Amino acid sequence: MAIYEVFRQEKKGAAFAHAGSVEAPCAEFAEAFAHEQYGRRHESVALWVVPRDAVHEVSAFYDELGKTYHRVDGYSLKEKLRVARERAGTAEDR
Amino acid sequence: MSRVNVQALLRIADDELILGWRDSEWTGIAPSLEEDVAFSSIAQNEIGHARALYELCARELGTTADELAFDRSPDEYECAPLVELRRLDWAHTIARHWLYEEADELRLAALKESDNAEVAGLAAKMDREELYHRLHARMWAERLRGDERFESAVTELYPYALGVLDGDLRAAYSSRVGLSGSEPQTHERGSHSPELASLWEEMTSVRRSVPGATW
Amino acid sequence: MTEAEFLAYVQDGGQVETGDWLPDEYRARLIKFIEMHANSELMGVLPEREWILRAPTLQRKLALTAKVQDEVGHAQLIYRVVEDLGKPRDQSLADLISGKAKFHNVFHYATKTWGDVGVIAWLVDAAAIISQKALLKCSYAPYARIMKKICWEESFHILHGRDVILTLMNGTDEQRELVQEALNRWWGPLMQFHGNPIPADEDPMFVWRIKSQGNEEARQQFLDGYVPQIWELGLTVPDPKLRKVGDVWEYTEPDWDELKHVVTGHGPKTAERLDFRRRMLEQEQWVRDVVLAA
Repeated sequence: MAIYEVFRQEKKGAAFAHAGSVEAPCAEFAEAFAHEQYGRRHESVALWVVPRDAVHEVSAFYDELGKTYHRVDGYSLKEKLRVARERAGTAEDR
Repeated sequence: MSRVNVQALLRIADDELILGWRDSEWTGIAPSLEEDVAFSSIAQNEIGHARALYELCARELGTTADELAFDRSPDEYECAPLVELRRLDWAHTIARHWLYEEADELRLAALKESDNAEVAGLAAKMDREELYHRLHARMWAERLRGDERFESAVTELYPYALGVLDGDLRAAYSSRVGLSGSEPQTHERGSHSPELASLWEEMTSVRRSVPGATW
Repeated sequence: MTEAEFLAYVQDGGQVETGDWLPDEYRARLIKFIEMHANSELMGVLPEREWILRAPTLQRKLALTAKVQDEVGHAQLIYRVVEDLGKPRDQSLADLISGKAKFHNVFHYATKTWGDVGVIAWLVDAAAIISQKALLKCSYAPYARIMKKICWEESFHILHGRDVILTLMNGTDEQRELVQEALNRWWGPLMQFHGNPIPADEDPMFVWRIKSQGNEEARQQFLDGYVPQIWELGLTVPDPKLRKVGDVWEYTEPDWDELKHVVTGHGPKTAERLDFRRRMLEQEQWVRDVVLAA
């Protein structure tokens, strides 16, 4: 008996999201079980059924030294823009 | 467009109703929780097919689907003996499920060719829902192949399964289930076992408690 | 993280996942609570499934089968959470059958008529949904996540229950009597359902934020939502003291001894239902051995 993780797509175009897991002896049974446990109300248009040990979690993320250079909140342009407009004489038009 | 053959449709409807009733007995007690959910969907589909067929017949007969499903006496049902048998064990349940689905596929294929567009359309819809039933039945039958409990259940139920189909479909059916060559005494439609009477008692007990009421 | 830090974290709304460090007490209480929920879904199926077979119309048969199927599905979701916390499913089922593990009081009682079918789907499910909504913010995230699917599926159960009840109430005198008689029998267990009114801050389930609501709050919510629905149909509640005073419902103190007696395995139907489960599990063990355990 193995655990199979089930990902479901709510409608076409949506991302597949983790929905739960089923216990089954093989992929064929897992798919048949998932079909009804996650689709009997047609709440999903598609499912991915994946053996649990094929799903690898990666969760070691550290931002110790503040890497703001590659995020939008790492840029403050308001003051530079004010100075540039003043130099160009376009400050009044605003 | 040709007229609806009510008796032929009632045979299928009654098969689906009684088999669906039997299959719904497993809701809550199937061998695994995952299987319980899957098999319950199959039971619901069967009742749903019965309902759709009854609705078609009801219009022809000037009655309602519920009256056809519940208000006839046991002798008036047209179901095949296969579906009446009470076999609340998994080997027999899967044996019956597999034998029935293989027969039903042939029967539905013929019904899809009906001259009556409404009947053909309904048969096509039922057939699409049955894809899951067949997948499920074959999956289990393959896993249980060679197991003594399953094989002896198939042997016991095969003569009943033949009775689900009209004569002209039986040769194709025998070879499809790998049992051509054996020529058992077929249990034909037309007579009912005491098991149907017990089932009917329970199935109609609430309905009969206040005759004519709306539930 | 220390236990004190963990407590502060969950009390501040923090959630944890399966692989995170959990204090021993938290883990033990969690497993016991979640397992009792799974057991309840599984045992709740037994009183209801008899009526699938007796449903008086095709529509009711379909709806009731689907409802009971949902409950089995919920049991599956919840046992999976327990398994991922380290307790195998067959161990949970063995503990259920031996009486070591518990299930909710309401599922120890008999169902007698179609009136029970309506009352269970309308009121017992409503009481359960109030508890379940309070679990949506459970500090243990895997359980909170499945509660979302459970609550979504339960929404049709209440409508089905109400539909059955309204149809009966609009029917014959006999049918109305079925409802009143069932309500009279179920009221006691319903009032006991949410448990005795220990203050939330003394309830470990609340302290660890496994539940986000105390027992009395849940019961008051139930009364607020459903007593008006009962009364507007002309039904009576078999408690002469039941009334709302200001913001609070007053009622006859439920029999807490009866509740304890029932959930420790002495309900009217406890032995029979556990025995039935045991027999079916034994009968079909070969299927698990031959096919499902491959």
